[in-house]
Amino acid sequence: MKKLLTLILLFVVALQTKAAPLTIEITQGLEGALPIAVVPFAWRGDQGAPPPHEVGGIVAADLGRSGRFKPLPTQDMLSKPSRGDQVDFRDWRALNVDNLVIGEISPNGPGGYLVKFHLYDVFRGEQLTGYSIPTTARDLRATAHHIADIVYETLTGQPGAFATRIAYVTSIRGGTGKDRTEQVELRIADADGYGAQSIVSSKEPIMSPAWSPDGRKIAYVSFENAQPSIWVQEVFTGKREKLTSFKGINGAPAWSPDGRSLALTLSKDGNPDIFVMDVARRSLRPITRHRAIDTEPAWSPDGRSLVFTSDRGGAPQIYQVSVNGGEPSRVTFEGPYNARASFSPDGRLLGMVTRVDGNYRIATLDPTTRDLRVLSTGRLDESPSFAPNGSMIIYATQASGKGVLAAVSTDGRVQQRLRLQEGDVREPVWSPYLKNERNR
Amino acid sequence: MKSKSLACLAVAIVVLLVGGCASTGGEGDPGASVEDYGSGTGAYTSGASQGGAWTGSALEDPNSPLYTKTIYFDFDQSTVRSDYIEILSAHASYLISSPSTTVLIEGHGDERGSREYNIGLGESRANAIRNFLEAEGVSPSQINTISYGEERPAAFGNDEASWSENRRGVLVY
Repeated sequence: MKKLLTLILLFVVALQTKAAPLTIEITQGLEGALPIAVVPFAWRGDQGAPPPHEVGGIVAADLGRSGRFKPLPTQDMLSKPSRGDQVDFRDWRALNVDNLVIGEISPNGPGGYLVKFHLYDVFRGEQLTGYSIPTTARDLRATAHHIADIVYETLTGQPGAFATRIAYVTSIRGGTGKDRTEQVELRIADADGYGAQSIVSSKEPIMSPAWSPDGRKIAYVSFENAQPSIWVQEVFTGKREKLTSFKGINGAPAWSPDGRSLALTLSKDGNPDIFVMDVARRSLRPITRHRAIDTEPAWSPDGRSLVFTSDRGGAPQIYQVSVNGGEPSRVTFEGPYNARASFSPDGRLLGMVTRVDGNYRIATLDPTTRDLRVLSTGRLDESPSFAPNGSMIIYATQASGKGVLAAVSTDGRVQQRLRLQEGDVREPVWSPYLKNERNR
Repeated sequence: MKSKSLACLAVAIVVLLVGGCASTGGEGDPGASVEDYGSGTGAYTSGASQGGAWTGSALEDPNSPLYTKTIYFDFDQSTVRSDYIEILSAHASYLISSPSTTVLIEGHGDERGSREYNIGLGESRANAIRNFLEAEGVSPSQINTISYGEERPAAFGNDEASWSENRRGVLVY
């Protein structure tokens, strides 16, 4: 009977449903953002379906959102070339545009498209790069993000992170008192907020999503069956399996850089400690053993050590320990509260939550110089996650009593706000670079 | 105090509907969640509970210390406050006298700081209550614990009034 009841109460489905999009706005841009023009890409097809998305517009929006570029509004353009021989650089010099992107899309077999684009240096009047990319209607947005990545890297020298995704948890509450309900979902959206999909839905808490290094799996904590368990789910198929369900806490999963192990928090031995699990063998190795709270492990990019949160000194601070165990060393000394650390992709910085004057904010720490930089300005900021190129940190914050997402450039100069129409959004995690085209 | 308690007793029958006696006050909106009913601390005396007016389980009797199933904690602390010792002792006696009864202790925290650390803190709170009950003689097999951290708030404000309501342990029979 109890089992039947559990089955009825349990509402966890692994499905790919459309969810409301995230809206992204820039709340603080970079002074001296580079002026660029991205002309709407021309459609060259006489027959067949025209492309479902305006590629040039997606590229321009990506570049603008990074805060490093200021795209020229389409209506200000004096001409709208789509081929090299149509470009008159004087049109663009007159508008003080440094760089120009043009492109065209032509049919390429059944359901296929060929997207050609060129990036120019307007003042030197020469092409910097140009590609022909075969794609499909389904992958057209991804192709646009790849073009934005190429433009960004060509002009800034750093790889772009537009063709990536974010995972996050949403909560929609209803009812009051005994009729109170909560619908918690784990969702995935493109880095521009488009194409949001729910991949897990539950009436119980879902926490701590973590992308595998190949971007194909997500580990998370689910409280379904009134017991926290760590699950690993394939992003594309929705197939999932339960990894741990020990007595007590099963939390804070973090993939090793090679994707073979998960660091996690278990309290099966009486209090929360860090363990490393070999995912294929399901074998567990204890890393810390201390009567304090040890949790929130994160791997160094070389896979040799872990940072974690511990209150062994009386208040939460960041410690570092070898993956072979041994005595942890304390990393943070400034401030009464430092938690949830993770390494920047290049391993030089730690992103974390720090308490400043009673406010919880996102900060970076350079562990060698001990330089702590507070990047966010909220009261209750948490869950920082680096973009795979290290340029931005996405995090959760509060706006008008609602949980929303925000992003800040690692230098603190660019700020974005990501909104969901309904409910709270929290625990954003930026995907790694996605090597293969998506497979929706 | 005595007459106040009697006044409370008079409305005890409808207390489940209205969510608590207004004169007890002090712990925020008791109707905010199921588990916080009866979180007021002034609504019981030994005289009233022995009066025989209540025929149901002592756990549901607003005049019994067992009626209080939520206890609150200080910021970043998981020590049982002295004002809850009497209530938890009553729960211990009840569990000892009823060995087939089990209790689930939920540990909760406020929303400040990181979520997984708050899961750890919630567990420490649940364990503090468990340790208290076991020290009073309750069999460990009667006690289960779970930490919800900040995932299941009782109050939704972003201020100390709500936070203090959320830093709690809840006994679920």
